[in-house]
Amino acid sequence: MLKYLIKRLLATIPVFFGITVISFFIINLTPGSPTDLQTELNPRITPEIVEKLRKHYDLDKPVYVRYIKWVKNIALLDFGNSLSPDGRKVIDKIKERLPVTLLISLLSMIIMLIFSIPLGIYISVNKGKLRERIITFLSFFFYSMPSFWLAVILIIIFGIYLRVLPISGLKSINYAYLSTFDKIIDIAKHLILPLIVATTGSIAYLSRYVSSNLDEVLKQEYILLARIKGLPEKVILRKHALKNALIPVITILGLSVPGLIGGSVIFETIFSIPGMGQLFFQSAMSRDYPVIMALLVLTSILTLVGNILADIGYALSDPRIRYGD
Amino acid sequence: MLINDLASERWLKMFESTYSKIIFKKISQKKTAKYSIYFILALILISFLYPIFSKTGYDEINLDKVLLPPSAEHWFGTDALGRDVFTRVIYGGRVSLMVGFVSEGIAILIGVILGSLSGYFGGKIDSLIMRLTDVMLCIPTFFLIISATAYVEPSIWNIMIIIGLTGWMSIARLVRGEFLSLREREFVMYEKAIGNKNFIIMFKHILPNALNPVIVSASFGIAGAILTETALSFLGLGVQPPVPSWGNILTSGKDILEIAWWISLFPGLFILLSVLCYNLIGEGLKDALNPRQYD
Amino acid sequence: MRAFLSIIFFMLLLGCKAEKVEKRAVSSVDSKDYGDKLIEGTIGDASNLIPFLASDSASHQVAGLIYNGLVKYDENLNIVGDLAESFDISQDGLKITFKLRKGVKWHDGKEFTSDDCVFTYKIITDPDTPTPYSGDFLTVKKVYNPDKYTFVVEYKEPFAPALSSWGVSIVPKHLLEGKDITKSELARKPVGTGPYILKEWIAGDKIELQANENYFEGRPYLNGEVFRVIPDTATMFFELKSGNIDFTSLTPLQYERQTNDESFKNRFNKYRYLAFAYTYFGFNLNRKPFDDKRVRKAIAYAIDKKEIIKGVLLGHGEEATGPYKPDVYWYNPNVERYGLNIEKAKNILKSAGFEDRDGDGILEKDGKPLRFTVLTNQGNDARIKTAEIIQRRLKNIGIDMKILVLEWAVFIKEFISKRNFDAIILGWTIPQDPDLYDIWHSSKAEKGGLNHYSYKNDEVDRLLIEGRKTIDKKKRKKIYDRIQEILADDVPCVFLYVPYALPVIDKRFRGIEPKPAGITYNKEKWYVPKIEQRY
Repeated sequence: MLKYLIKRLLATIPVFFGITVISFFIINLTPGSPTDLQTELNPRITPEIVEKLRKHYDLDKPVYVRYIKWVKNIALLDFGNSLSPDGRKVIDKIKERLPVTLLISLLSMIIMLIFSIPLGIYISVNKGKLRERIITFLSFFFYSMPSFWLAVILIIIFGIYLRVLPISGLKSINYAYLSTFDKIIDIAKHLILPLIVATTGSIAYLSRYVSSNLDEVLKQEYILLARIKGLPEKVILRKHALKNALIPVITILGLSVPGLIGGSVIFETIFSIPGMGQLFFQSAMSRDYPVIMALLVLTSILTLVGNILADIGYALSDPRIRYGD
Repeated sequence: MLINDLASERWLKMFESTYSKIIFKKISQKKTAKYSIYFILALILISFLYPIFSKTGYDEINLDKVLLPPSAEHWFGTDALGRDVFTRVIYGGRVSLMVGFVSEGIAILIGVILGSLSGYFGGKIDSLIMRLTDVMLCIPTFFLIISATAYVEPSIWNIMIIIGLTGWMSIARLVRGEFLSLREREFVMYEKAIGNKNFIIMFKHILPNALNPVIVSASFGIAGAILTETALSFLGLGVQPPVPSWGNILTSGKDILEIAWWISLFPGLFILLSVLCYNLIGEGLKDALNPRQYD
Repeated sequence: MRAFLSIIFFMLLLGCKAEKVEKRAVSSVDSKDYGDKLIEGTIGDASNLIPFLASDSASHQVAGLIYNGLVKYDENLNIVGDLAESFDISQDGLKITFKLRKGVKWHDGKEFTSDDCVFTYKIITDPDTPTPYSGDFLTVKKVYNPDKYTFVVEYKEPFAPALSSWGVSIVPKHLLEGKDITKSELARKPVGTGPYILKEWIAGDKIELQANENYFEGRPYLNGEVFRVIPDTATMFFELKSGNIDFTSLTPLQYERQTNDESFKNRFNKYRYLAFAYTYFGFNLNRKPFDDKRVRKAIAYAIDKKEIIKGVLLGHGEEATGPYKPDVYWYNPNVERYGLNIEKAKNILKSAGFEDRDGDGILEKDGKPLRFTVLTNQGNDARIKTAEIIQRRLKNIGIDMKILVLEWAVFIKEFISKRNFDAIILGWTIPQDPDLYDIWHSSKAEKGGLNHYSYKNDEVDRLLIEGRKTIDKKKRKKIYDRIQEILADDVPCVFLYVPYALPVIDKRFRGIEPKPAGITYNKEKWYVPKIEQRY
């Protein structure tokens, strides 16, 4: 197992470097400069001021020099300073947004698991029946819906007409004056709609995945054997089929991280949630290179970690992997 | 020579019979998939034929007729500049369906080439390409797309290229998997033995046998690309006005859903239905082709 | 503070000649009580609360409540003292002496003195300070402070906008001296002299200010003001309706169609006044066919400003005829006006040699079709719609215009600054001072300058310099009147419209008095009667 672990970790090193190269060069080879928003179209700017700003941000040096400098720094978790007028440390900017995004991502994954596994089993068990068809259709339906449209519709129904859920943000204005219990309730209420939007598509997809895996497993010989032995269907399902059908779900869950984070741009914008998705979008629009690159690298590392965890989980639950590779 | 021709003919024949016919036979047994194909075909037909017969343009402004609800004259109502929403949705369909097709086409092209190279040659080429795939799979695709669209001119073609460039990874992996198992098969040994060039073996002989998972994945991929364009439109990075796409019509209607529901309802429904259909076709294909690995 | 933020990406809530639209329900209890908070919705988060390091309107909006300048514009747009009790300008206009208020305290309790003024000047003009505002102080000869409460500025030559430039926020010397201002804590935790003190700033979420008990003009009635960041316009309006926002801007469509029901009118007051900004259709005079004045005039006659105001602004705008808005002192109504006149447009084009010879509906000259691309930026719905309307009009007279919508940074860097465009639709904010040098002087036509049109006119050049040096208001107006005439005749751009600002405020807020400066000039005087207080 240790050998497998080491091997797995070593394999991530080139991937990590690949991530830094792609993140850096995509951003740096494109036109436009971050000082534009500050300097362009401002009547009082002189060329000297523009040059001053460029020097200030190291933009007068060649790209590869900046890359090497940048990689050296990120090894020390120093992503430099933001190019936006606040000039703050990139890591500080990300730190204050990370918890929100992590919270939502983790909750999303938990919700995805909680709903998609039973749903997948339900679809498998009731194959061919009307209720299975309805659920299958519904899951496809939600999987096919543009997420921001779903968000607006949910806001109108629950926020405007029924007035049961808050529309945007994470906390109420009077949050500071609430008791601890009410604080949790307050945040939970604010999270309901974003979580619905973030997870419906994935639940639909994942439950399909679970059910097709289960179908596959149920066709295997050992299940047939168990049936011949006369074991009750429920026992077969629980004791023999489920475990093997669910192991691959771990991997898929690991792979869903980039999708969740990428999708956060949409729901964070519409629900005004101050997470990394919003920060990324704003930074991309204002060409705040250090923040864009840091976010690309950090979210990719998050995914990488997710994948490693998933692989380890996979290896733990399926001995063949450990020794076979 | 003769043997060679015979051999390829054999494989070609096998491809034809086992492939096209079986797919269509099997898929027509699945009702949902069958109707989905009909629906998509109908959509394509309408969106490409309607503009030939219709006199109204998608950009015909009429400021005396803004925000009219659906009526006999304007089936889907009018938008904030008095343009006919039906006409715009039909034209938008052209754009959105094309975004789906072309960007997935690009993704397939890249994915197939990289996957074939990787699976066929193995060794260093394989590990290089697979590391690249790993890297691309780690970076949140939508972040990459936003970074890229923010930096290039927002034309339809650029958007299709960007979506395509960031969507090839799963296809590359699937093709590689197929190649890995197929390259050990005897017909490949045989082709190699008679001295056929590598790329002929790869693309003429192995590839046709490795296409099953690609076709399934393409169907889901087209659905995904349409949704990606919609999401980009929401952020203002999608297809730019006055050219309509389902995504940007839907976005233009979202702020005024309460007073003009028709502007977002109809493009929304069309996105929903066409994405749904592509997914159902994909599902049908999956059952019909039963590829060994499906990601 | 001088609003020379030319990026009118977010329309400011400044404005003039405001009219109150709905009469406020007369409340029986209308006592000036302390308490409650104002929740304001903004599209973007502030970036830096050291005001001269930021160029976005969100930062300036917040910083404006935290800092003071030496002078400010009052509700009638006259320059009055702020931190300065009084000021005196020498006869030749070369020297300004400010007498400062005594006993003004920074938020941390230290006294504000003339040292802070000298320091602020030094830090803004320091070459290491990355500020876009140092251009304002280039003609300053020297500054000095003979005593604690006196601050003197001397200029090399007369500079008409000099006094207004001292509306710049004064920053505390004791917290910034000897430190790298770009890394200063003050960017996130500002310490000013203003009516509000920063309480909490959660990036991307909200900025909360609380009343400054020791404010030199008396503490604000409200306990605080919260700026909530809501990037999506639909969500913003929903939050307003569900009562989680008290104050934001409406789009013309919301103003006309979504806010007229009784329940909305009972809860909110809508206001309407001309914004300090105009939108224009600009030509690149270096490119054919726009080097030909006749083509520009023809296009001006083919554009229907009334139609654009109706279609895009639903009537909430005025026709623009020059670089000033119609209700200010500097505005010259007697310039050449271009209304929709298709026949005239066609005739002018014909006389310029443009005719449709191959029958494809597009005019040609020397075999070249009259075809060009207009650029505008993303995220501004009004400009995109304007482009779509103009496109159709030009088609009618045989001009083929394409539209390209670009992301802001690319638009500016790759196209505007490099003069790589045929035509553009853009806007300028209108500063209080009439100076137009930076936009219309020929020296600003080179790449990177703001004279995007590459407009060059010797008489205008001469007048612009004269206008900057002329202190006398009446003489100065004559100069700018003449400039407006020339611009209208030369048509380097078609001035399209001045939009109305359409703010909306929860009814519980009282003391809002629309004046030429808009409504936000006296925020610290707004109050909520005790029984209606919410927070």
